[in-house]
Amino acid sequence: MIYEGKQRIWSDYQKEIPDDHYFYVRSCIRQAFFTGSEVAFLDITRNRLGKDIFESEHHTTCGGIAYHSDTIPHETVMTIVARQFALMHKYGYENYVCSCITSFGVYAETLETWREFPELQAKIAEILMKTCRLEFAKPKYIVHASDLIFKFRYQIAARAVHKLVNVRTGKPLKVVEHIGCHYSKMFPSKGVGGAEYPYVLAGMVEAWGGEVVDYPERRHCCGFGFRQYFVQANRGYSLSNTHKKFESMEPYHPDCIVTNCPGCPYFLDRWQYVIAEQTGKTYGGDGRGIPVLTYEEMAGLVMGYDPWDLGLQTHQTPVESLLDKMGIVYDEKSKYLGKGGKDLGQPAHPSCLKI
Amino acid sequence: MVDFGFSLSPSSRIDLDEFDRKTFDRLLALEPDAKKCMECGSCSAVCTASRYTETSVRRALHALRNGCGAQAVEELKGCQFCGKCTMVCPRGINTRHLILSILKIYGAL
Repeated sequence: MIYEGKQRIWSDYQKEIPDDHYFYVRSCIRQAFFTGSEVAFLDITRNRLGKDIFESEHHTTCGGIAYHSDTIPHETVMTIVARQFALMHKYGYENYVCSCITSFGVYAETLETWREFPELQAKIAEILMKTCRLEFAKPKYIVHASDLIFKFRYQIAARAVHKLVNVRTGKPLKVVEHIGCHYSKMFPSKGVGGAEYPYVLAGMVEAWGGEVVDYPERRHCCGFGFRQYFVQANRGYSLSNTHKKFESMEPYHPDCIVTNCPGCPYFLDRWQYVIAEQTGKTYGGDGRGIPVLTYEEMAGLVMGYDPWDLGLQTHQTPVESLLDKMGIVYDEKSKYLGKGGKDLGQPAHPSCLKI
Repeated sequence: MVDFGFSLSPSSRIDLDEFDRKTFDRLLALEPDAKKCMECGSCSAVCTASRYTETSVRRALHALRNGCGAQAVEELKGCQFCGKCTMVCPRGINTRHLILSILKIYGAL
């Protein structure tokens, strides 16, 4: 392909990400699954990079879980979304950043629906005023929190204490990057790199010294799928998807996995234990699993945060193998100590997966 | 072993590297018209047997191309050889004879 032509096509896959002044909304489940991620995001952007990221205690869930489980109608979700946007407007912001990929998909879908059906937008604006006494508004820019970390990846690299490099061999760490399906598969123009070449996590990995693993099932779903997981009898589908990905990435011997979705790291992390219990197989070598990180946790490690402050002790698959490779010093005794030295208790030992 | 109440489903992926083409090549040598099939489904649409059984010539040919001979035979077991499929094939394939050949070569007859 002619270079100029390639450049022009690639420009279609770019996304405008404002530099500063954001209204931040959290995820329902990430705070329970990956306890330090959102705190790390706020600390990195606000305190390390000096950005204005505003958060209101009045914001709620986006309604995504109920929506994708078919328990509430689309109009209800749109009203919840309209309320979030109205809060942003009330506090004087135009840029909206969300922590969750499901939410990001819900916001993108809602904005597209309003664009295509203005009468529906007018109806939601009326419902919003009647129910919440809030003025309807739409964000000028909507980004996912990983977009922001991607935008500031070189600034983070400049402040890096550790790199994604094996300190013993000097070689780049092999990182599997997994993008949440709702990030750009539904609305490709809303994600960096679109649906075909999502670059948001690969860009971070490369900027911080790692090497991205390109394996056959790289763009396959993690297997979460709300309806697959919520019904216990259907969880085999979810597990089988994750198993397919691990079988595909195994020959490349990845050092870790990084994701930008609430569900993906949870399932890629927890299902390693279930696969080990059911088949006796582990994927990290020496009976261990492959550590799974969120992008905030990876950025935090690169910037020198304490792994236990990032909440890495709450992962099912232990992360010590990765910390050792990166040359991060950690205190084994304080792994299960909470705030103020409170004992969090020890997890049970699985029969196959080494911890 | 922990009982989680669910388990891994076997993969339905077809590994074309393990596809034994010899039987399929024997069929193509006998019935070269099989290559012409575009899987339009006209044969299945008029099939009398398909109303009451799982018979589908289209699905059978699709299965053969993916190396699933046993599945193809299952798809054709209900065929009554009435020949209606031959009359409607837009590519002029003698599907009746093709079905007979598939069942012979893949050991069902």
